[in-house]
Amino acid sequence: MTEHWWHVVISWALTALGFGTMAALAARRHTAAKRRLARLGPRERRQG
Amino acid sequence: MAAAESLRARLLHDVTACGDGFNPAPQAPSLPAVSTLPPRPRPAALSPSRGGGALHRFANPGRFLRLTDRLLPWLWGAALLVLAVGAAWALAFSPPDWQQGETVRIMYVHVPMAWLAMGGYAGLAVASLLSLVWRHPLADLAARELSPAGAMVTALCLVTGSLWGRPMWGTWWAWDARMTSVLVLFFLWVGHAALVRAFDDEERGARAGAILALIGAVNLPVIKWSVDWFNTLHQSASVVRLGGPAMHVEMLYPLLICAVGFTLAFAALVLARTRAAVMEKRVRQLQLAQARRHEADA
Repeated sequence: MTEHWWHVVISWALTALGFGTMAALAARRHTAAKRRLARLGPRERRQG
Repeated sequence: MAAAESLRARLLHDVTACGDGFNPAPQAPSLPAVSTLPPRPRPAALSPSRGGGALHRFANPGRFLRLTDRLLPWLWGAALLVLAVGAAWALAFSPPDWQQGETVRIMYVHVPMAWLAMGGYAGLAVASLLSLVWRHPLADLAARELSPAGAMVTALCLVTGSLWGRPMWGTWWAWDARMTSVLVLFFLWVGHAALVRAFDDEERGARAGAILALIGAVNLPVIKWSVDWFNTLHQSASVVRLGGPAMHVEMLYPLLICAVGFTLAFAALVLARTRAAVMEKRVRQLQLAQARRHEADA
């Protein structure tokens, strides 16, 4: 692979990694908060 | 026991349904007073004006959570679909540049990241204004959750620019007006993310962050016009310019598709983070209510 293509691939990979990592962190926070809400509040349990 | 039960029902009702879930002024509600006193009238300056009413519709966490619950799957789906098309078009079907060769394909991530870095910061400034002027509680949370994402896209803009600059300019970095002002933008993003988390009192942190964000907004026109004001290594605008895009449509269209795709992904990311933050705030409130109930029972 040429140097140009290496730079292109790295650029796109870093961008995908950045967005992917932040999305995964947000999903994890959301899941954890949802689990704690279900345990703490009966209304949340009904809303599921 | 009955007082504790009515407190619990009232707090849960306030937190989850239509009450002002997180009170802009976070005094901890003392036990007997909450259930007996009428809701404290908000100071005149803070009461939402008629125009502010529309603004405050989504200050209610319950309404915000219901809206984002429906909106986010579509937003993520649209982002992934548009990005799949944009990436394929940019990487496989668009032509190499006659001078830059294949490295021009870095443009399809570098330019959207730059637009998001600056557009996101404009959004941060608007949220800060909403926070300072109307004390909009959701604006605080959104700004708090926006700045790490803004710092990420700004960092990607700098890194992909460097990866593009090395083969084209022969250098990874230059203290060029455009690059330096974007680096300052990155520090502003990181500074805001750190500042709002540096206070025990969230509201004071949010206010300090809002002031920083508004002051830093002066950097946006500097970035935009740096390539015109100064003799820069970085090229001048190719898309957003008075004479219209100076780019062939075979490159312009995939660039615009990628920009839309990354914008949708960025919006979904910030909404997802803000949603998680609203739920975490509710958890803290319910834990506080639970602790007070144990205190009352003891």
